[in-house]
Amino acid sequence: MLRPEDIERLCRLARLEITPAEIPDVSAKLSSILGMVDQLQAVDTSGVAPMAHPLERPQRLRPDTVTEVDRHELYQRNAPLVERDLYLVPKVIE
Amino acid sequence: MAADLRARRVSATELARHFLDRIERFDRDLNAFITVTAEQALAQAAAADRRLAKGEATLLTGLPIAHKDIFCTAGVKTTCASRMLDNFVSPYDATVVERLADAGAVMLGKTNMDEFAMGSSNETSFYGPVKNPWNRALVPGGSSGGSAAAVAARIAPAATGTDTGGSIRQPAALSGVTGLKPTYGRVSRYGMIAFASSLDQAGVLTQTAEDAALLLEAMAGFDARDSTSLEDPVPRYSQLLGDPWEDVTIGVPEKFFDGLDADNAAAVRAALAELEKLGAKLKSVELEYIGLSVPAYYVVAPAEASSNLSRFDGVRFGHRAEGAAGLDLTTFYMRNRGEGFGAEVKRRILTGTYVLSAGYFDAYYLQAQKARKLISDDFARAFRDVDFVAGPTTPTPAFGIGQKTSDPIEMYLNDIYTIGANLAGLPAISVPCGFVRNLPVGLQLVAPPLHEARLLKVAHHFQRATDWHRRTPDGYA
Repeated sequence: MLRPEDIERLCRLARLEITPAEIPDVSAKLSSILGMVDQLQAVDTSGVAPMAHPLERPQRLRPDTVTEVDRHELYQRNAPLVERDLYLVPKVIE
Repeated sequence: MAADLRARRVSATELARHFLDRIERFDRDLNAFITVTAEQALAQAAAADRRLAKGEATLLTGLPIAHKDIFCTAGVKTTCASRMLDNFVSPYDATVVERLADAGAVMLGKTNMDEFAMGSSNETSFYGPVKNPWNRALVPGGSSGGSAAAVAARIAPAATGTDTGGSIRQPAALSGVTGLKPTYGRVSRYGMIAFASSLDQAGVLTQTAEDAALLLEAMAGFDARDSTSLEDPVPRYSQLLGDPWEDVTIGVPEKFFDGLDADNAAAVRAALAELEKLGAKLKSVELEYIGLSVPAYYVVAPAEASSNLSRFDGVRFGHRAEGAAGLDLTTFYMRNRGEGFGAEVKRRILTGTYVLSAGYFDAYYLQAQKARKLISDDFARAFRDVDFVAGPTTPTPAFGIGQKTSDPIEMYLNDIYTIGANLAGLPAISVPCGFVRNLPVGLQLVAPPLHEARLLKVAHHFQRATDWHRRTPDGYA
Protein backbone atom coordinates (compact mmCIF):
# COMPACT_ATOMS: atom_id res chain seq x y z
CA MET A 1 0.00 0.00 0.00
CA LEU A 2 1.40 3.37 -0.98
CA ARG A 3 1.79 5.82 1.91
CA PRO A 4 0.51 9.40 1.69
CA GLU A 5 4.11 10.66 1.41
CA ASP A 6 4.68 8.31 -1.57
CA ILE A 7 1.67 9.83 -3.30
CA GLU A 8 2.88 13.36 -2.56
CA ARG A 9 6.31 12.55 -3.96
CA LEU A 10 4.79 11.01 -7.12
CA CYS A 11 2.51 14.02 -7.60
CA ARG A 12 5.48 16.34 -7.38
CA LEU A 13 7.43 14.23 -9.91
CA ALA A 14 4.41 14.22 -12.24
CA ARG A 15 3.66 17.95 -11.64
CA LEU A 16 0.14 17.08 -10.60
CA GLU A 17 -1.70 18.69 -7.70
CA ILE A 18 -4.20 16.63 -5.76
CA THR A 19 -6.06 17.74 -2.66
CA PRO A 20 -5.31 16.09 0.72
CA ALA A 21 -8.88 14.74 0.67
CA GLU A 22 -8.16 12.86 -2.57
CA ILE A 23 -5.03 11.12 -1.25
CA PRO A 24 -6.64 8.05 0.40
CA ASP A 25 -8.65 7.20 -2.74
CA VAL A 26 -5.69 7.80 -5.08
CA SER A 27 -3.47 5.71 -2.83
CA ALA A 28 -5.95 2.81 -2.66
CA LYS A 29 -6.58 2.73 -6.41
CA LEU A 30 -2.94 3.15 -7.38
CA SER A 31 -1.98 0.36 -4.96
CA SER A 32 -4.55 -1.97 -6.50
CA ILE A 33 -3.30 -1.16 -10.03
CA LEU A 34 0.30 -1.85 -8.97
CA GLY A 35 -0.87 -5.06 -7.31
CA MET A 36 -2.47 -6.15 -10.57
CA VAL A 37 0.62 -5.39 -12.69
CA ASP A 38 2.71 -7.31 -10.13
CA GLN A 39 1.49 -10.47 -11.93
CA LEU A 40 4.33 -9.70 -14.34
CA GLN A 41 6.89 -10.58 -11.68
CA ALA A 42 5.86 -14.25 -11.80
CA VAL A 43 6.99 -14.71 -15.41
CA ASP A 44 10.42 -15.93 -16.32
CA THR A 45 11.68 -13.46 -18.93
CA SER A 46 15.37 -14.31 -18.80
CA GLY A 47 16.86 -14.04 -22.28
CA VAL A 48 13.82 -12.18 -23.67
CA ALA A 49 14.62 -8.94 -25.50
CA PRO A 50 12.38 -6.08 -24.35
CA MET A 51 10.01 -4.88 -27.06
CA ALA A 52 9.64 -1.11 -27.11
CA HIS A 53 7.73 -0.85 -30.33
CA PRO A 54 5.78 -3.00 -32.82
CA LEU A 55 7.83 -1.89 -35.82
CA GLU A 56 11.21 -3.47 -35.90
CA ARG A 57 12.54 -1.00 -38.44
CA PRO A 58 15.17 1.70 -38.17
CA GLN A 59 13.92 5.23 -37.64
CA ARG A 60 13.51 7.13 -40.89
CA LEU A 61 15.74 10.18 -41.39
CA ARG A 62 14.90 13.35 -43.25
CA PRO A 63 17.09 16.06 -44.73
CA ASP A 64 18.07 18.68 -42.17
CA THR A 65 16.22 21.57 -43.78
CA VAL A 66 13.71 24.08 -42.48
CA THR A 67 10.21 23.07 -43.53
CA GLU A 68 8.06 25.09 -41.11
CA VAL A 69 7.04 28.67 -41.65
CA ASP A 70 6.55 31.18 -38.82
CA ARG A 71 2.93 30.92 -37.68
CA HIS A 72 3.39 32.06 -34.11
CA GLU A 73 0.39 34.37 -34.18
CA LEU A 74 -1.94 31.50 -35.04
CA TYR A 75 -0.30 29.18 -32.51
CA GLN A 76 -0.38 31.74 -29.72
CA ARG A 77 -4.14 32.18 -30.04
CA ASN A 78 -4.43 29.08 -27.82
CA ALA A 79 -2.09 30.45 -25.16
CA PRO A 80 -3.69 31.51 -21.86
CA LEU A 81 -1.44 34.59 -21.55
CA VAL A 82 0.74 36.25 -24.20
CA GLU A 83 2.44 39.63 -24.21
CA ARG A 84 4.53 41.02 -27.09
CA ASP A 85 4.60 37.54 -28.71
CA LEU A 86 5.92 35.97 -25.50
CA TYR A 87 4.24 33.30 -23.38
CA LEU A 88 3.85 34.56 -19.83
CA VAL A 89 4.69 32.33 -16.85
CA PRO A 90 5.28 33.09 -13.15
CA LYS A 91 8.57 34.79 -12.38
CA VAL A 92 11.37 32.19 -12.35
CA ILE A 93 14.50 34.31 -11.73
CA GLU A 94 14.67 36.88 -8.92
CA MET B 1 -25.12 5.80 -50.12
CA ALA B 2 -22.20 6.58 -52.46
CA ALA B 3 -24.10 5.01 -55.36
CA ASP B 4 -27.19 7.12 -54.57
CA LEU B 5 -25.05 10.25 -54.57
CA ARG B 6 -23.43 9.42 -57.87
CA ALA B 7 -26.76 8.57 -59.49
CA ARG B 8 -28.02 11.88 -58.01
CA ARG B 9 -30.95 10.16 -56.29
CA VAL B 10 -29.95 12.14 -53.23
CA SER B 11 -27.77 15.23 -52.90
CA ALA B 12 -24.87 15.65 -50.48
CA THR B 13 -26.76 18.57 -48.95
CA GLU B 14 -29.85 16.41 -48.34
CA LEU B 15 -27.69 13.74 -46.74
CA ALA B 16 -25.89 16.24 -44.51
CA ARG B 17 -29.22 17.78 -43.45
CA HIS B 18 -30.68 14.33 -42.77
CA PHE B 19 -27.89 13.47 -40.32
CA LEU B 20 -27.71 16.96 -38.79
CA ASP B 21 -31.47 16.72 -38.14
CA ARG B 22 -31.03 13.34 -36.50
CA ILE B 23 -28.20 14.67 -34.33
CA GLU B 24 -30.47 17.54 -33.28
CA ARG B 25 -33.28 15.11 -32.51
CA PHE B 26 -31.40 12.35 -30.70
CA ASP B 27 -28.15 13.69 -29.32
CA ARG B 28 -29.64 15.56 -26.38
CA ASP B 29 -30.21 12.11 -24.86
CA LEU B 30 -27.16 10.31 -26.22
CA ASN B 31 -24.43 12.96 -25.71
CA ALA B 32 -22.41 11.39 -28.53
CA PHE B 33 -21.15 14.74 -29.86
CA ILE B 34 -19.01 17.37 -28.15
CA THR B 35 -19.16 19.77 -31.11
CA VAL B 36 -21.55 19.77 -34.07
CA THR B 37 -20.20 21.61 -37.11
CA ALA B 38 -23.47 22.15 -38.98
CA GLU B 39 -22.43 25.24 -40.94
CA GLN B 40 -19.19 23.71 -42.11
CA ALA B 41 -20.93 20.44 -42.98
CA LEU B 42 -23.43 22.23 -45.20
CA ALA B 43 -20.64 24.19 -46.92
CA GLN B 44 -18.67 20.97 -47.54
CA ALA B 45 -21.86 19.30 -48.79
CA ALA B 46 -22.57 22.16 -51.20
CA ALA B 47 -19.03 21.84 -52.57
CA ALA B 48 -19.57 18.08 -52.92
CA ASP B 49 -22.79 18.69 -54.85
CA ARG B 50 -20.96 20.97 -57.27
CA ARG B 51 -18.38 18.26 -57.90
CA LEU B 52 -21.08 15.61 -58.32
CA ALA B 53 -22.87 17.85 -60.84
CA LYS B 54 -19.67 18.09 -62.84
CA GLY B 55 -19.16 14.33 -62.66
CA GLU B 56 -15.97 14.86 -60.66
CA ALA B 57 -16.82 12.72 -57.64
CA THR B 58 -13.92 11.09 -55.78
CA LEU B 59 -13.93 8.14 -53.35
CA LEU B 60 -16.02 9.74 -50.59
CA THR B 61 -17.58 12.81 -52.19
CA GLY B 62 -20.59 13.89 -50.15
CA LEU B 63 -20.45 11.12 -47.56
CA PRO B 64 -20.97 12.43 -44.02
CA ILE B 65 -18.58 11.43 -41.24
CA ALA B 66 -17.95 12.30 -37.59
CA HIS B 67 -14.48 12.61 -36.08
CA LYS B 68 -13.48 11.50 -32.61
CA ASP B 69 -12.52 14.64 -30.71
CA ILE B 70 -8.94 13.40 -30.41
CA PHE B 71 -8.21 14.39 -34.04
CA CYS B 72 -7.09 17.99 -34.55
CA THR B 73 -9.43 19.96 -36.79
CA ALA B 74 -8.30 23.39 -37.99
CA GLY B 75 -10.54 26.15 -36.69
CA VAL B 76 -12.76 23.72 -34.75
CA LYS B 77 -12.51 22.93 -31.03
CA THR B 78 -10.44 19.81 -30.28
CA THR B 79 -10.90 18.92 -26.61
CA CYS B 80 -9.91 15.26 -26.17
CA ALA B 81 -12.90 15.38 -23.78
CA SER B 82 -10.72 17.11 -21.21
CA ARG B 83 -11.11 20.31 -19.22
CA MET B 84 -7.43 20.80 -20.09
CA LEU B 85 -8.35 21.46 -23.73
CA ASP B 86 -11.87 22.83 -23.24
CA ASN B 87 -10.97 25.98 -25.23
CA PHE B 88 -8.38 24.54 -27.58
CA VAL B 89 -8.89 25.35 -31.26
CA SER B 90 -6.40 23.44 -33.36
CA PRO B 91 -4.31 25.51 -35.78
CA TYR B 92 -4.07 22.55 -38.18
CA ASP B 93 -5.81 19.38 -39.40
CA ALA B 94 -4.75 15.86 -38.46
CA THR B 95 -3.65 13.83 -41.49
CA VAL B 96 -6.71 11.59 -41.04
CA VAL B 97 -9.02 14.62 -41.14
CA GLU B 98 -7.19 16.13 -44.11
CA ARG B 99 -7.24 12.90 -46.14
CA LEU B 100 -10.92 12.20 -45.54
CA ALA B 101 -11.79 15.80 -46.46
CA ASP B 102 -9.63 15.55 -49.59
CA ALA B 103 -11.52 12.38 -50.55
CA GLY B 104 -14.74 14.40 -50.30
CA ALA B 105 -16.13 13.43 -46.89
CA VAL B 106 -18.40 15.91 -45.10
CA MET B 107 -17.59 16.44 -41.39
CA LEU B 108 -20.69 16.47 -39.15
CA GLY B 109 -18.84 17.20 -35.92
CA LYS B 110 -16.57 15.89 -33.17
CA THR B 111 -17.57 12.93 -31.04
CA ASN B 112 -17.41 12.45 -27.29
CA MET B 113 -14.85 10.06 -25.81
CA ASP B 114 -13.11 9.09 -22.59
CA GLU B 115 -10.76 11.87 -21.48
CA PHE B 116 -7.52 11.56 -23.48
CA ALA B 117 -8.88 8.16 -24.65
CA MET B 118 -8.32 6.70 -21.17
CA GLY B 119 -11.32 4.56 -20.39
CA SER B 120 -13.54 1.73 -21.57
CA SER B 121 -16.97 3.23 -20.89
CA ASN B 122 -16.88 6.88 -22.00
CA GLU B 123 -17.54 7.87 -18.38
CA THR B 124 -14.26 9.76 -17.92
CA SER B 125 -15.26 12.50 -20.39
CA PHE B 126 -15.29 16.06 -19.01
CA TYR B 127 -18.52 16.48 -21.03
CA GLY B 128 -20.36 13.63 -19.33
CA PRO B 129 -20.98 10.02 -20.29
CA VAL B 130 -22.34 8.90 -23.66
CA LYS B 131 -25.46 6.71 -23.48
CA ASN B 132 -25.76 3.40 -25.30
CA PRO B 133 -28.58 3.67 -27.89
CA TRP B 134 -29.58 0.05 -27.17
CA ASN B 135 -30.33 1.00 -23.56
CA ARG B 136 -29.62 4.51 -22.35
CA ALA B 137 -28.91 3.35 -18.80
CA LEU B 138 -25.84 1.54 -20.14
CA VAL B 139 -22.44 2.66 -21.41
CA PRO B 140 -21.58 2.48 -25.14
CA GLY B 141 -18.02 1.31 -24.34
CA GLY B 142 -14.95 3.45 -24.79
CA SER B 143 -12.88 5.27 -25.42
CA SER B 144 -14.42 5.93 -28.87
CA GLY B 145 -17.88 5.74 -27.24
CA GLY B 146 -19.35 8.81 -28.95
CA SER B 147 -18.33 7.49 -32.38
CA ALA B 148 -19.82 4.06 -31.59
CA ALA B 149 -23.12 5.46 -30.25
CA ALA B 150 -23.43 7.90 -33.18
CA VAL B 151 -23.07 5.10 -35.75
CA ALA B 152 -25.34 2.75 -33.77
CA ALA B 153 -28.10 5.38 -33.52
CA ARG B 154 -27.64 6.23 -37.21
CA ILE B 155 -27.01 9.89 -36.40
CA ALA B 156 -23.75 9.53 -38.32
CA PRO B 157 -23.18 6.90 -41.01
CA ALA B 158 -19.53 6.46 -40.02
CA ALA B 159 -17.00 7.86 -37.58
CA THR B 160 -13.29 7.84 -36.93
CA GLY B 161 -11.85 6.40 -33.74
CA THR B 162 -8.54 5.55 -32.13
CA ASP B 163 -7.51 2.30 -30.51
CA THR B 164 -4.73 2.03 -27.91
CA GLY B 165 -6.00 -1.04 -26.02
CA GLY B 166 -9.39 -1.71 -27.63
CA SER B 167 -10.87 1.78 -27.88
CA ILE B 168 -12.39 1.15 -31.33
CA ARG B 169 -13.27 -2.55 -31.09
CA GLN B 170 -14.72 -2.63 -27.55
CA PRO B 171 -17.26 0.21 -28.08
CA ALA B 172 -18.05 -1.20 -31.55
CA ALA B 173 -18.94 -4.52 -29.90
CA LEU B 174 -20.99 -2.97 -27.08
CA SER B 175 -22.86 -0.67 -29.48
CA GLY B 176 -23.48 -3.18 -32.28
CA VAL B 177 -21.32 -1.63 -35.01
CA THR B 178 -18.24 -2.63 -37.03
CA GLY B 179 -14.90 -1.37 -35.69
CA LEU B 180 -11.53 -1.65 -37.44
CA LYS B 181 -8.13 -1.06 -35.87
CA PRO B 182 -5.48 -1.20 -38.60
CA THR B 183 -1.85 -2.32 -38.28
CA TYR B 184 0.31 -0.02 -36.17
CA GLY B 185 1.72 2.60 -38.56
CA ARG B 186 -0.84 1.99 -41.33
CA VAL B 187 -2.68 5.26 -40.63
CA SER B 188 -0.80 8.45 -39.74
CA ARG B 189 -0.85 9.59 -36.12
CA TYR B 190 -0.04 13.20 -37.09
CA GLY B 191 -2.52 15.50 -35.40
CA MET B 192 -3.98 12.69 -33.30
CA ILE B 193 -3.47 13.65 -29.66
CA ALA B 194 -1.02 11.10 -28.29
CA PHE B 195 -1.88 8.74 -25.44
CA ALA B 196 0.59 5.83 -25.76
CA SER B 197 2.62 6.35 -28.91
CA SER B 198 3.77 2.75 -29.43
CA LEU B 199 0.17 1.49 -29.21
CA ASP B 200 -2.08 4.25 -30.63
CA GLN B 201 -3.65 3.65 -34.04
CA ALA B 202 -6.46 5.42 -35.88
CA GLY B 203 -9.33 3.50 -37.43
CA VAL B 204 -13.05 3.60 -38.12
CA LEU B 205 -16.45 2.68 -36.72
CA THR B 206 -19.05 1.93 -39.39
CA GLN B 207 -22.17 -0.11 -40.02
CA THR B 208 -20.42 -2.53 -42.39
CA ALA B 209 -16.99 -3.87 -43.29
CA GLU B 210 -17.64 -2.43 -46.76
CA ASP B 211 -17.85 1.10 -45.35
CA ALA B 212 -14.75 0.48 -43.24
CA ALA B 213 -12.85 -0.60 -46.37
CA LEU B 214 -13.86 2.56 -48.20
CA LEU B 215 -12.75 4.85 -45.36
CA LEU B 216 -9.51 2.99 -44.68
CA GLU B 217 -8.60 3.33 -48.34
CA ALA B 218 -8.83 7.11 -48.00
CA MET B 219 -7.12 7.36 -44.58
CA ALA B 220 -4.23 4.92 -44.85
CA GLY B 221 -0.81 5.46 -46.32
CA PHE B 222 2.58 6.98 -45.80
CA ASP B 223 2.86 10.36 -44.11
CA ALA B 224 6.25 11.99 -43.71
CA ARG B 225 4.94 13.88 -40.66
CA ASP B 226 4.61 10.67 -38.62
CA SER B 227 7.98 9.02 -38.06
CA THR B 228 6.32 5.61 -37.52
CA SER B 229 4.20 5.75 -40.69
CA LEU B 230 4.55 2.68 -42.91
CA GLU B 231 5.66 3.18 -46.50
CA ASP B 232 3.93 0.05 -47.84
CA PRO B 233 1.46 0.79 -50.65
CA VAL B 234 -2.25 0.96 -49.76
CA PRO B 235 -4.41 -1.72 -51.45
CA ARG B 236 -7.79 -0.79 -52.93
CA TYR B 237 -9.55 -2.35 -49.97
CA SER B 238 -13.05 -1.61 -51.23
CA GLN B 239 -12.35 -3.38 -54.56
CA LEU B 240 -11.03 -6.53 -52.89
CA LEU B 241 -14.02 -7.33 -50.67
CA GLY B 242 -15.95 -9.37 -53.20
CA ASP B 243 -13.01 -11.59 -54.11
CA PRO B 244 -13.79 -15.27 -53.80
CA TRP B 245 -13.37 -16.87 -50.42
CA GLU B 246 -9.99 -18.54 -50.37
CA ASP B 247 -8.76 -21.35 -48.21
CA VAL B 248 -9.01 -19.65 -44.82
CA THR B 249 -7.98 -21.07 -41.46
CA ILE B 250 -9.17 -19.35 -38.32
CA GLY B 251 -7.33 -19.95 -35.06
CA VAL B 252 -9.41 -20.06 -31.89
CA PRO B 253 -7.58 -19.63 -28.57
CA GLU B 254 -9.59 -21.64 -26.07
CA LYS B 255 -8.24 -19.35 -23.32
CA PHE B 256 -10.49 -16.61 -24.72
CA PHE B 257 -13.52 -18.56 -23.57
CA ASP B 258 -12.45 -18.90 -19.92
CA GLY B 259 -14.47 -16.71 -17.60
CA LEU B 260 -16.54 -15.30 -20.43
CA ASP B 261 -20.26 -14.57 -20.02
CA ALA B 262 -21.90 -17.87 -21.10
CA ASP B 263 -24.41 -16.29 -23.48
CA ASN B 264 -21.67 -14.10 -24.97
CA ALA B 265 -19.57 -17.23 -25.51
CA ALA B 266 -22.50 -18.97 -27.22
CA ALA B 267 -22.98 -16.04 -29.63
CA VAL B 268 -19.29 -16.05 -30.54
CA ARG B 269 -19.26 -19.86 -31.01
CA ALA B 270 -22.28 -19.54 -33.29
CA ALA B 271 -20.49 -16.87 -35.34
CA LEU B 272 -17.44 -19.12 -35.68
CA ALA B 273 -19.73 -21.96 -36.80
CA GLU B 274 -21.21 -19.59 -39.40
CA LEU B 275 -17.70 -18.84 -40.72
CA GLU B 276 -17.04 -22.58 -40.86
CA LYS B 277 -20.24 -23.04 -42.87
CA LEU B 278 -18.94 -20.37 -45.26
CA GLY B 279 -15.82 -22.44 -45.86
CA ALA B 280 -13.33 -21.46 -43.18
CA LYS B 281 -11.45 -24.11 -41.25
CA LEU B 282 -11.31 -23.67 -37.47
CA LYS B 283 -8.24 -24.67 -35.55
CA SER B 284 -7.42 -24.41 -31.89
CA VAL B 285 -4.37 -22.22 -31.18
CA GLU B 286 -2.37 -21.58 -28.04
CA LEU B 287 -1.49 -18.03 -26.99
CA GLU B 288 0.56 -18.97 -23.96
CA TYR B 289 1.27 -15.49 -22.60
CA ILE B 290 -1.93 -13.66 -23.58
CA GLY B 291 -2.97 -13.60 -19.92
CA LEU B 292 -0.18 -11.07 -19.34
CA SER B 293 -1.59 -8.53 -21.74
CA VAL B 294 -3.62 -6.52 -19.21
CA PRO B 295 -0.77 -6.17 -16.66
CA ALA B 296 1.81 -5.46 -19.42
CA TYR B 297 -0.48 -2.86 -20.95
CA TYR B 298 -1.09 -1.10 -17.63
CA VAL B 299 2.64 -0.54 -17.31
CA VAL B 300 3.50 0.37 -20.91
CA ALA B 301 0.49 2.60 -21.68
CA PRO B 302 0.61 4.73 -18.49
CA ALA B 303 4.41 5.05 -18.84
CA GLU B 304 4.06 6.46 -22.34
CA ALA B 305 1.07 8.57 -21.28
CA SER B 306 2.92 10.16 -18.38
CA SER B 307 5.55 11.31 -20.85
CA ASN B 308 3.14 12.36 -23.64
CA LEU B 309 0.87 14.31 -21.32
CA SER B 310 3.74 16.31 -19.83
CA ARG B 311 3.20 18.80 -22.67
CA PHE B 312 -0.03 20.01 -21.07
CA ASP B 313 1.22 22.66 -18.68
CA GLY B 314 -1.04 25.66 -19.27
CA VAL B 315 1.69 27.77 -20.88
CA ARG B 316 1.44 27.45 -24.66
CA PHE B 317 -2.10 26.02 -24.57
CA GLY B 318 -4.41 24.25 -22.17
CA HIS B 319 -6.05 25.05 -18.88
CA ARG B 320 -4.52 27.71 -16.63
CA ALA B 321 -5.72 27.99 -13.05
CA GLU B 322 -7.11 31.27 -11.66
CA GLY B 323 -4.52 33.32 -9.84
CA ALA B 324 -1.71 31.13 -11.14
CA ALA B 325 0.57 34.15 -11.70
CA GLY B 326 1.40 34.44 -8.02
CA LEU B 327 2.65 30.86 -7.66
CA ASP B 328 6.15 29.44 -7.95
CA LEU B 329 6.71 27.62 -11.22
CA THR B 330 6.37 24.04 -9.91
CA THR B 331 3.15 24.79 -8.04
CA PHE B 332 1.91 26.66 -11.12
CA TYR B 333 2.36 23.52 -13.27
CA MET B 334 0.88 21.31 -10.57
CA ARG B 335 -2.21 23.49 -10.15
CA ASN B 336 -2.87 23.84 -13.90
CA ARG B 337 -2.55 20.10 -14.41
CA GLY B 338 -4.36 19.19 -11.20
CA GLU B 339 -7.38 21.22 -12.28
CA GLY B 340 -7.16 20.38 -15.99
CA PHE B 341 -7.04 16.57 -15.75
CA GLY B 342 -9.76 14.25 -14.45
CA ALA B 343 -9.31 11.42 -11.95
CA GLU B 344 -8.59 8.56 -14.40
CA VAL B 345 -6.03 10.60 -16.36
CA LYS B 346 -4.31 11.51 -13.08
CA ARG B 347 -4.23 7.84 -12.05
CA ARG B 348 -2.57 6.85 -15.29
CA ILE B 349 -0.02 9.66 -15.15
CA LEU B 350 0.86 8.68 -11.58
CA THR B 351 1.06 4.97 -12.48
CA GLY B 352 3.34 5.85 -15.38
CA THR B 353 5.49 8.09 -13.21
CA TYR B 354 5.80 5.31 -10.63
CA VAL B 355 6.83 2.55 -13.06
CA LEU B 356 9.40 4.80 -14.72
CA SER B 357 10.90 6.14 -11.50
CA ALA B 358 14.37 5.22 -10.29
CA GLY B 359 14.45 1.81 -8.62
CA TYR B 360 11.25 0.54 -10.27
CA PHE B 361 12.11 0.89 -13.95
CA ASP B 362 13.59 -2.62 -14.41
CA ALA B 363 11.00 -4.44 -12.32
CA TYR B 364 8.02 -2.83 -14.01
CA TYR B 365 8.75 -1.14 -17.30
CA LEU B 366 11.46 -3.43 -18.63
CA GLN B 367 9.62 -6.54 -17.42
CA ALA B 368 6.44 -5.32 -19.17
CA GLN B 369 8.36 -4.79 -22.40
CA LYS B 370 9.66 -8.35 -22.16
CA ALA B 371 6.13 -9.65 -21.56
CA ARG B 372 5.07 -7.62 -24.60
CA LYS B 373 7.67 -9.48 -26.66
CA LEU B 374 6.37 -12.86 -25.41
CA ILE B 375 2.80 -11.91 -26.35
CA SER B 376 3.88 -10.66 -29.78
CA ASP B 377 5.83 -13.89 -30.38
CA ASP B 378 2.73 -15.90 -29.42
CA PHE B 379 0.76 -14.25 -32.23
CA ALA B 380 3.63 -14.67 -34.73
CA ARG B 381 3.77 -18.38 -33.87
CA ALA B 382 0.00 -18.78 -34.24
CA PHE B 383 0.08 -17.07 -37.64
CA ARG B 384 2.42 -19.76 -38.95
CA ASP B 385 -0.57 -22.13 -38.79
CA VAL B 386 -3.62 -19.91 -39.19
CA ASP B 387 -4.68 -16.81 -41.15
CA PHE B 388 -6.64 -15.18 -38.33
CA VAL B 389 -7.09 -15.44 -34.61
CA ALA B 390 -10.73 -15.09 -33.60
CA GLY B 391 -12.76 -14.86 -30.42
CA PRO B 392 -14.99 -12.54 -28.43
CA THR B 393 -14.28 -8.79 -28.51
CA THR B 394 -15.42 -8.27 -24.91
CA PRO B 395 -16.14 -10.50 -21.90
CA THR B 396 -19.71 -9.20 -21.47
CA PRO B 397 -22.26 -7.03 -23.27
CA ALA B 398 -22.69 -3.36 -22.26
CA PHE B 399 -22.79 -2.63 -18.51
CA GLY B 400 -24.53 0.05 -16.48
CA ILE B 401 -23.39 3.66 -16.26
CA GLY B 402 -21.60 3.93 -12.89
CA GLN B 403 -21.39 0.16 -12.45
CA LYS B 404 -17.61 -0.18 -12.78
CA THR B 405 -16.33 3.30 -11.97
CA SER B 406 -15.31 2.55 -8.39
CA ASP B 407 -12.91 -0.26 -9.29
CA PRO B 408 -10.31 0.56 -11.98
CA ILE B 409 -9.20 -3.07 -12.28
CA GLU B 410 -12.71 -4.25 -13.13
CA MET B 411 -12.89 -1.51 -15.78
CA TYR B 412 -9.47 -2.45 -17.20
CA LEU B 413 -10.52 -6.09 -17.65
CA ASN B 414 -13.01 -5.01 -20.34
CA ASP B 415 -10.08 -4.88 -22.72
CA ILE B 416 -8.72 -8.31 -21.90
CA TYR B 417 -9.31 -9.64 -25.45
CA THR B 418 -8.39 -6.51 -27.38
CA ILE B 419 -5.09 -5.37 -25.82
CA GLY B 420 -3.01 -8.18 -27.36
CA ALA B 421 -3.41 -6.77 -30.89
CA ASN B 422 -2.16 -3.36 -29.71
CA LEU B 423 0.86 -4.76 -27.91
CA ALA B 424 1.79 -6.73 -31.05
CA GLY B 425 0.79 -3.93 -33.47
CA LEU B 426 -1.65 -6.16 -35.37
CA PRO B 427 -4.78 -5.24 -37.36
CA ALA B 428 -8.08 -6.38 -35.84
CA ILE B 429 -11.78 -5.95 -36.46
CA SER B 430 -14.91 -6.36 -34.35
CA VAL B 431 -18.16 -7.23 -36.13
CA PRO B 432 -21.62 -7.57 -34.58
CA CYS B 433 -22.25 -11.30 -34.09
CA GLY B 434 -25.39 -11.66 -32.03
CA PHE B 435 -27.37 -10.43 -29.04
CA VAL B 436 -27.15 -11.27 -25.37
CA ARG B 437 -30.13 -10.17 -23.26
CA ASN B 438 -31.12 -7.80 -26.10
CA LEU B 439 -27.66 -6.22 -26.26
CA PRO B 440 -25.20 -6.54 -29.12
CA VAL B 441 -21.91 -8.42 -28.78
CA GLY B 442 -18.94 -8.66 -31.13
CA LEU B 443 -16.73 -11.21 -32.81
CA GLN B 444 -13.09 -10.14 -33.03
CA LEU B 445 -10.73 -11.22 -35.81
CA VAL B 446 -7.00 -10.46 -35.57
CA ALA B 447 -4.67 -10.76 -38.58
CA PRO B 448 -0.91 -10.60 -39.27
CA PRO B 449 0.57 -7.14 -39.98
CA LEU B 450 -0.84 -5.36 -43.05
CA HIS B 451 -3.49 -8.01 -43.72
CA GLU B 452 -6.35 -5.49 -43.51
CA ALA B 453 -7.65 -6.49 -46.95
CA ARG B 454 -8.18 -10.11 -45.91
CA LEU B 455 -9.60 -9.08 -42.56
CA LEU B 456 -12.16 -6.85 -44.25
CA LYS B 457 -12.98 -9.55 -46.77
CA VAL B 458 -13.74 -12.15 -44.10
CA ALA B 459 -15.85 -9.61 -42.21
CA HIS B 460 -17.66 -8.72 -45.43
CA HIS B 461 -18.42 -12.37 -46.26
CA PHE B 462 -19.69 -12.85 -42.69
CA GLN B 463 -21.91 -9.78 -43.02
CA ARG B 464 -23.32 -11.01 -46.33
CA ALA B 465 -24.44 -14.18 -44.56
CA THR B 466 -25.75 -12.53 -41.37
CA ASP B 467 -27.83 -9.48 -40.50
CA TRP B 468 -26.60 -8.61 -36.98
CA HIS B 469 -24.93 -5.46 -38.32
CA ARG B 470 -28.21 -4.27 -39.84
CA ARG B 471 -30.16 -4.29 -36.58
CA THR B 472 -31.00 -0.81 -35.34
CA PRO B 473 -31.81 0.01 -31.72
CA ASP B 474 -35.50 0.68 -31.00
CA GLY B 475 -36.46 4.28 -31.51
CA TYR B 476 -33.58 5.05 -33.88
CA ALA B 477 -34.84 3.41 -37.06
